[in-house]
Amino acid sequence: MEPTLTAPHATADLISRNNTPMIRLIDIEKVYQTDTIETVALNRVNLTINRGEFVSVMGPSGCGKSTLLSLMGLLDEPSGGTIEIDGRAVTSYSDKELARVRNQKIGFIFQSFHLINDLSVLDNVELPLLYRAGTSGKERRQLALAALEKVGLSARTKHFPSQLSGGQRQRVAIARALAGTPEIILADEPTGNLDSVMGEEIMDLLLGLHRHEGTTIVMVTHDENMAHKTERLIRFFDGSQVS
Amino acid sequence: MLLSYLKLAWKVLLRRKFFTFISLFGISFTLMVLLVVVAFFDHAFGAHYPETRIDRMVFAQFLHVKFKDGGNMNTPPSYHLLDKYVRPLRTPERVAIASNFHATPSYVGNRKLDLDLRYTDANFWQILDFHFLEGKAIQEADVKAAARVAVINQATARQYFGTDHGVVGRTIAVNQLGYRVTGVVEDVPAMRLASYADVWVPITTSPDDLQKTDLNGDYLGIILAKSAEDVPAVQAEFEQAMKRVPLTDPKTMDHLDLHADKLFTAFARQLTSPLTEYKSDGMEYLVPILGGLALLFMLLPALNLVNINVSRIMERSSEIGVRKAFGATGGKLVGQFLVENIFLTLLGGVVGLVLAYIALQVISGAQLLAYAHFELNGRIFAWALLVTVFFGVLSGVYPAFKMSRLHPAQALKGSGK
Ligand SMILES: Nc1ncnc2c1ncn2[C@@H]1O[C@H](COP(=O)(O)OP(=O)(O)OP(=O)(O)O)[C@@H](O)[C@H]1O
Ligand SMILES: [Mg+2]
Repeated sequence: MEPTLTAPHATADLISRNNTPMIRLIDIEKVYQTDTIETVALNRVNLTINRGEFVSVMGPSGCGKSTLLSLMGLLDEPSGGTIEIDGRAVTSYSDKELARVRNQKIGFIFQSFHLINDLSVLDNVELPLLYRAGTSGKERRQLALAALEKVGLSARTKHFPSQLSGGQRQRVAIARALAGTPEIILADEPTGNLDSVMGEEIMDLLLGLHRHEGTTIVMVTHDENMAHKTERLIRFFDGSQVS
Repeated sequence: MLLSYLKLAWKVLLRRKFFTFISLFGISFTLMVLLVVVAFFDHAFGAHYPETRIDRMVFAQFLHVKFKDGGNMNTPPSYHLLDKYVRPLRTPERVAIASNFHATPSYVGNRKLDLDLRYTDANFWQILDFHFLEGKAIQEADVKAAARVAVINQATARQYFGTDHGVVGRTIAVNQLGYRVTGVVEDVPAMRLASYADVWVPITTSPDDLQKTDLNGDYLGIILAKSAEDVPAVQAEFEQAMKRVPLTDPKTMDHLDLHADKLFTAFARQLTSPLTEYKSDGMEYLVPILGGLALLFMLLPALNLVNINVSRIMERSSEIGVRKAFGATGGKLVGQFLVENIFLTLLGGVVGLVLAYIALQVISGAQLLAYAHFELNGRIFAWALLVTVFFGVLSGVYPAFKMSRLHPAQALKGSGK
């Protein structure tokens, strides 16, 4: 493609530049109540992630990063405050609508992978598509294979998670989040278990998704180098945003 | 969606062999026992050869006499009692009287055969639906003339004559008396106590004094109602007739009980007599007791399954969390686990059915009971299927529902509280 022709067609760039909020956290509190102690994981967090933004989140262990991500991914309810996705308060969603939002808008990469051990790599990656109405078995397979291709695991589709290394499992988890081509990717230390070469590749993959598809990405990382490749860096300390 | 559930269920079962084995074993063993019991029951009390019209038949076979000193006498009734008070009943289509069967020695050369011999009237052959391989039944004229004729079963024909063809007209010696064979019938299972025998001969050839007026004897009455709906009317008339039977020794005897019962209720009345004093057939006790036992019998493995399933589904809590995180609704998850469970239980059901079939074949083949042939019929199969699905739903719905209501984050942490 000629360089001169790219500018007028750079629609993805236009999307990423627009300033409509994708995820808004308003006065979010999260308190974990156990029998003996009460842990304040998030303390009055106000945060807006715009459509098409690539944000990284850093902070010491236990400061509430995973908690933040799971609230954004609608996996848990806050103890206080409001979460808005695409301008709509999450509390107004029914159970079914919540499932649909998780399925179509969000792709989650868990810190501890959370692959289903009883399913093959391919079946694991097909999972988000399984819950998408009107996707045929053949389509599911094709999309899952394409996602596995992107993370360089085409040769391992029939393996089971227990037969894979930590890095390979991480890549399966990433492929699963990509397979449904979600608008938002929430990645909890996606490169934590990868060597620096593989880590770079995954980072390039996320950067590519962000740049070309306009995917909104929130990524937790402990790696300053990775964090500096993103548009915005948010630092957390003890349940509060510090920068 | 169903297909992918099934595919998944199959994979999960294959990958969790131990769990699958335990569950399947529980289901299929329970079902097998249940099916074998039902088959026994059906074999003994269902409409089977030669009592095919069992829905229209009642039996008068257990006489109970209560004595003034508190004593009891339980025997079969006498011929006289049945002949004088039961045979004249007007509501039944027909009344037959026959003796109970007794092992009687017979010799083929030097070999001794113990043949079960029964004395019958002619109506016996009208009420029961014997299959004749050759010849014909004992006729009214035979009974009147006390003719030495006999109907024998196929097994006896083979053992005694070495063949079951062309036996009619030949003579069989039973109790050192010669009887001319008039017919050969298919073997009757020994569990059909009212009709079974190896050799049937006219009741008038019995060495017993049929005119003896004692109440107790060695006979039974088989009564055929005009229709199944007519059975209560027959029973009502029978009860009236029994009120007119005089006690042979009013000084010592208090009263007598003889009832016209359906095949099963006759046994139920005997079984529950300590509670009912023979005044009722005892079904009001027996039905809840048997039903309760059956329910308990099914409930225990079902509860066990629920327990296994709860822990299994809890164990898969993280899977549920992942599925929810990627868009599964609670309903879909319940559906998934239900399909999985029903699939598992149906599999267990099929295995149980096969086991029951094999068990019944072995029992039939071992000839523990003479000429018994146990069958799994369509009705039993339908019941088995129903029970199986009941297991599947019961053991799957509760844990699945519980888990499907968790927040994904909770489920992912594995806290199925
Ligand atoms: N289910 C829970 N019950 C009780 N406390 C919890 C629970 N989940 C998290 N916490 C607490 O909340 C705080 C924040 O946890 P979180 O997992 O969000 O930290 P994090 O920033 O992701 O840490 P890391 O970098 O180690 O992954 C911690 O103090 C943790 O102990
Ligand atoms: Mg974390």
